[in-house]
Amino acid sequence: MSEFTLVNATMADGSVTNVGVAAGVIKFIGNEVMGESIDAKGLVALPGFIDLHTHLREPGFEQSETVLSGSRAAALGGFTAVHAMANTMPVADTAGVVEQIKSLGDEAGLVQVQPIGAVTVGLGGERLAELGAMANSRAKVTIFSDDGKCVSDPLLMRRALAYVKSFDGVIAQHAQEPRLTENSQMHEGNVSAELGLAGWPAVAEESIIARDVLLAEATGSRLHICHLSTAGSVEIIRWAKRRGIKVTAEVTPHHLLLTDELARTYNPVYKVNPPLRTDADVKALREALVDGTIDIVATDHAPHPVEAKECEWAAAAFGMLGLETAASIAQLVLIDSGESNWQRFSEVMSLNPAAISKLADQGQLLAVGNVANITLINPAATRVISGGGASKSSNQPFEGIELPGTVIHTIYRGAFSVRDSKLAK
Amino acid sequence: MKHLVSVADLTREAAIAILDTSLEMSEVNDRDIKKLPTLRGKTVVNLFFEDSTRTRISFEVAAKRLSADVINFAAKGSSVSKGESLKDTAQTLEAIGADAVVIRHHASGAAHMLANSGWVKGSVINAGDGTHEHPTQALLDAFTLRSAIHTDARGKGLDGVSVAIVGDIAHSRVARSNLVLLKQLGAKVYLVGPPTLLPNALVKRADGFSYSLDEAISTFKLDAVMMLRVQLERMTAGFFPSEREYARIWGLNADRLALLGSETFVMHPGPMNRGLEIDAAAADSKNSLVLKQVANGVSVRMAVLYHLLSGGENE
Repeated sequence: MSEFTLVNATMADGSVTNVGVAAGVIKFIGNEVMGESIDAKGLVALPGFIDLHTHLREPGFEQSETVLSGSRAAALGGFTAVHAMANTMPVADTAGVVEQIKSLGDEAGLVQVQPIGAVTVGLGGERLAELGAMANSRAKVTIFSDDGKCVSDPLLMRRALAYVKSFDGVIAQHAQEPRLTENSQMHEGNVSAELGLAGWPAVAEESIIARDVLLAEATGSRLHICHLSTAGSVEIIRWAKRRGIKVTAEVTPHHLLLTDELARTYNPVYKVNPPLRTDADVKALREALVDGTIDIVATDHAPHPVEAKECEWAAAAFGMLGLETAASIAQLVLIDSGESNWQRFSEVMSLNPAAISKLADQGQLLAVGNVANITLINPAATRVISGGGASKSSNQPFEGIELPGTVIHTIYRGAFSVRDSKLAK
Repeated sequence: MKHLVSVADLTREAAIAILDTSLEMSEVNDRDIKKLPTLRGKTVVNLFFEDSTRTRISFEVAAKRLSADVINFAAKGSSVSKGESLKDTAQTLEAIGADAVVIRHHASGAAHMLANSGWVKGSVINAGDGTHEHPTQALLDAFTLRSAIHTDARGKGLDGVSVAIVGDIAHSRVARSNLVLLKQLGAKVYLVGPPTLLPNALVKRADGFSYSLDEAISTFKLDAVMMLRVQLERMTAGFFPSEREYARIWGLNADRLALLGSETFVMHPGPMNRGLEIDAAAADSKNSLVLKQVANGVSVRMAVLYHLLSGGENE
């Protein structure tokens, strides 16, 4: 393994120092130089980013993405670990499938690929999948989710929450009351009424979150809420946390930046689940990310082939890309806004997701002896987003938008996965 | 003007120009030989992803009376899941050489997509997209009402005219297009229906609303009531309890017709559910404009085709 020193890197606390890496771990932080010198002047050195929510589409939907292409996009986005949602074909509801996904991630070798197991067999919402078998497999699954679908049956949700306590697992809920969202196409509000697209009411999300935080309280279990999208959801999470309920919450970059006004184009690239909401919701989500009500940014990176988006809105698939733009949007919301700092950035992009997932050797502060998962970004650079990047798909919702910050280097377990903004392999 | 996708694309002047041309077309339709050579050599495709014999026939007759060649393309199934995608169908029509595509589609925004996709070079006319818009229906409604109110309608709008649209506003493309166009022409528009079918966002843009047809009749001095067709699947989806209850509260029956008085016109985009949203007494009354709406549909669609295809004033 190579030895190198990041010279004059800016740390999250604003100090400027050298960081030495050898044998996969951080050897020193200080004025020394060891091995190859890499100029890091003007670059912020942060713990490698961790995404709790991606769709890598393999096995089953390899025309959209593979574990390898998704790993490339992740590394370019500054991630050293990503979690792969269970809605593959076959569904990741057995030890065999989650181990296969982990193996594919290890083979790609660019980021740690951590599978998420399905809560119910085939995402069918009827009976529990073998959660224990997945937890005890080589993939060591800790997060379970039927994401894409809601575990809407209250009894099943209660049982799932209680059951995962034996291995300190967490249920990540996709909060969407199915009856309130039949055929729903976009946020229910002024724009949906004008466009004649079936509405997706905020209450469909909020009612499930309200129910589930109470179930988490009753069972004493850990609950994670995927992709919060409404101001009302933020209020419920805030209340639940004050009450001491063990709930964590995520927000996607697109819900921090885009609104339902974009549906006026009828361009299905803006069709996503949960839907883009209003300015007031975006504002509430941003405040919640700053004040700690929302714990993490997670991309919900959801690649789709061209034909699933090049069609009328109602026929199009839900979802958008996110891995290569997430850090820029987090920077926009936390740093460039003047609302927060790089320490908070590290928490929402790395430390907190690692804690929720209980990942070893990930999401640790840059400190001597820790495994060298490090991302260096140039916060002063800007770029105009164009195309799908390393993803196999091109459903890019930020097309043409100028975003701040560029990932320069991604170091995964002491080796460069991305160097000078290019994949190392 | 290249396309007609939404009535929101029409200025008041543009809308009145189309209505005035429609008036000229209606004179052609009263002749023995109902044909103009205007669009000879042009090809108009009626691309219908959704069954609508009435609208298709109306467009077909309109195009033929202007001497265009007409192709009827009934496309079944939706994209991706089964059959041919909208894109492939559109590109096929482009290859055949369509000068205008009249599209009816079950998905809101399909006409918008077609007009902005670059898949076709010709004009796109929205003949109804999902629950979004039905611009030619609104134009023919405005034309019919204008002709009923003004003896010499040319150049006029609908200033000060008050219209109630009654029924399933939430799922009605006719209501959406009429709300925008009638207001653009100066009319006051009131929305009436059960709360489950009256979206707040549309109510906010109207001049008033009511959950009761009786209250609307007594409160708003109405020059016209526009009854919307009730889709029976709305009942099973819980928007209202039963046909009888709907007819009782929101149906236009003989009693309500009498309350409206002899000065108020009755309109319906068809096809009517007689006995449900409208009784025979109202549908067949001397104030009913229903058959005129059908006849005027041809004139208005001729006018729209003329404005889009003949290289008219804006080209």
